[in-house]
Amino acid sequence: MIGNFLGVLFDGIAYGSLLFLIGIGLSVTMGLMNFVNLAHGAFAAMGGYVCVTAMNQLGVPFLATLPVAFIATALMGVVLERTLYQRLYKATPLDQVLFSIGLTFMAVAGMTYVWGPTQQPVRLPEFLTGQVHLLGLDLGVYRLFLIVIVVFVTAALVYLVDRTRFGAQVRASVDNQQASAGLGINVNRVFALTFALGSGLAGLGGGLGIDVLGLDPSFPFKYMVYFLLVVAVGGAGSIKGTLVAALVLGIFDVAGKYYAPQIGAFVIYALMVVLLVLFPAGLYGKKA
Amino acid sequence: MTGSQTYRLPDGRWQKAEIVFWLLPIVVYFVASDYLLLASQIFIVGLFALSLDLILGYAGIVSLGHAAFFGVGAYTAGLLASHGWGEPLSGLLLGGIVAALVGWVASFMVVRGRDLTQLMVTLGIGLMLFEAANKAAFITGGVDGLSGMAMDKVLGIFEFDLYGKVAYWYSLAVLFVVFLVVRRTVYSPFGLGLRGLHYGPKRMPAIGASVYRRQVVVFTVGAGVAGIAGALLAQTTQFVGLDSLSFHRSAELMIMLVLGGTGRLYGGLVGAAIFMVAQNYLADLNPVYWQFWIGLLLVLVVMFAHGGVLGGLAALRQRRTKEATK
Repeated sequence: MIGNFLGVLFDGIAYGSLLFLIGIGLSVTMGLMNFVNLAHGAFAAMGGYVCVTAMNQLGVPFLATLPVAFIATALMGVVLERTLYQRLYKATPLDQVLFSIGLTFMAVAGMTYVWGPTQQPVRLPEFLTGQVHLLGLDLGVYRLFLIVIVVFVTAALVYLVDRTRFGAQVRASVDNQQASAGLGINVNRVFALTFALGSGLAGLGGGLGIDVLGLDPSFPFKYMVYFLLVVAVGGAGSIKGTLVAALVLGIFDVAGKYYAPQIGAFVIYALMVVLLVLFPAGLYGKKA
Repeated sequence: MTGSQTYRLPDGRWQKAEIVFWLLPIVVYFVASDYLLLASQIFIVGLFALSLDLILGYAGIVSLGHAAFFGVGAYTAGLLASHGWGEPLSGLLLGGIVAALVGWVASFMVVRGRDLTQLMVTLGIGLMLFEAANKAAFITGGVDGLSGMAMDKVLGIFEFDLYGKVAYWYSLAVLFVVFLVVRRTVYSPFGLGLRGLHYGPKRMPAIGASVYRRQVVVFTVGAGVAGIAGALLAQTTQFVGLDSLSFHRSAELMIMLVLGGTGRLYGGLVGAAIFMVAQNYLADLNPVYWQFWIGLLLVLVVMFAHGGVLGGLAALRQRRTKEATK
């Protein structure tokens, strides 16, 4: 019973880690630019497709495709940010929502056109499959691998934001755009780089997540709720909040599906509405 | 937002264009009698878009889960009809009332937050109801949908026919009556207060108006109208599917409204007509491409054609009158 529970907890944490990896970019764009980007899932899906294509068509090994996915989606992000997104930073949330829904529709149709409507297969390398026996528990190697990666990414992000010059610029821009610009920070460049980083992380998460979340053209809509959830509950622009929210949601989702399959996804939606009603600005959010 | 036109007090008088607009369906009935089914769908979806216009265009609440109330109305009317209560008008009314009740309860959660929170809460409520209907297959029929409804004659005289003639007039009549009510509401002091919420959410409390109470009321009314639209769909097609609650329906609804123009009453109706006619032709070619074009259209509207079709027309007219007065 306890072992069972720990197993669910472990799977939940692995799932939550993925949500964090994909959601963090969304959180930063919302916190930094106040942009409600519903198309964020499309970047994750693109990352997944880049991985699959590199692996199956070009024969690149799985681990090597991950950086490719990161770079490709980051580039895509920066191009879209410069051409389209930046025109709408000052627009109303409604416009931003509509714009990004439109973009998502186009992405979904485009992905269906190029890769077909079916689930994409992924072949994980030998050493990432199977299970290991650890502390009396059977743990999936791949899930362990996910958690390790996310620990590293989180550490790198915290270092980047807290310790580097670029991080200081990002924090300053989040707090007060006008004052930062007045101090000589090139806010536009910070926006573009942050957007690229966020998209890249989403792409990385999409690639890593093929085995757990699956990959087909409906991905951006299917998981949109989860990413938005992570951000809305965690509070936009907060790494810590996003991490906590992602882990909580991951654990509750897995536990809900395991212990109460009849009500399934209901658990997660109910949790979200309750959390949002109690904390309208998110757990760690800025005051709305 | 310049010129005295935009800021004048609401004027409830009927304009010529409006009268012409409402005469169009009568012409359609005689000219395009092969398309009656499509036309009644347009009326229903137009009514649904009108309900979203009320809360989005007038009160400025961004809702991504408006299909929830449409679905509640549809299932209410559908369940009544399949359990022997086939009287259409009372079914319609009950559908609206139940949806309004659900909307009333939901409104307390929705109006608490600002944009992103509102978005998420409405989305969450929509998804919750979808899941509930999906899992409660013993009541709703789940994925297979709810069918087997027996509808009585409308007003005890007109029986629903295969060609959709009665459905056409019935939907049109309901749309028109509800439209009249909504139009009156919008041009009332309460409607003016709603516009105030949209354009000056900080100033409204300063002049002593309760933002909270107005938002609750308008959200409830919007949900009720959406419920009537849903009930209408259930009664005229005699089928309720899970898709009546789906996120896609909410998203498409928003697209229609924005395409037509928000905050103009007629925007939803015009948008619904354009969208459904285009869908009827284009979606047959290839549903995947259809989604692509819809997405592109949306991006273009947001980028370049602010205010949708009606907004564009209004701007054009304003420019012409300006030139004429020069």
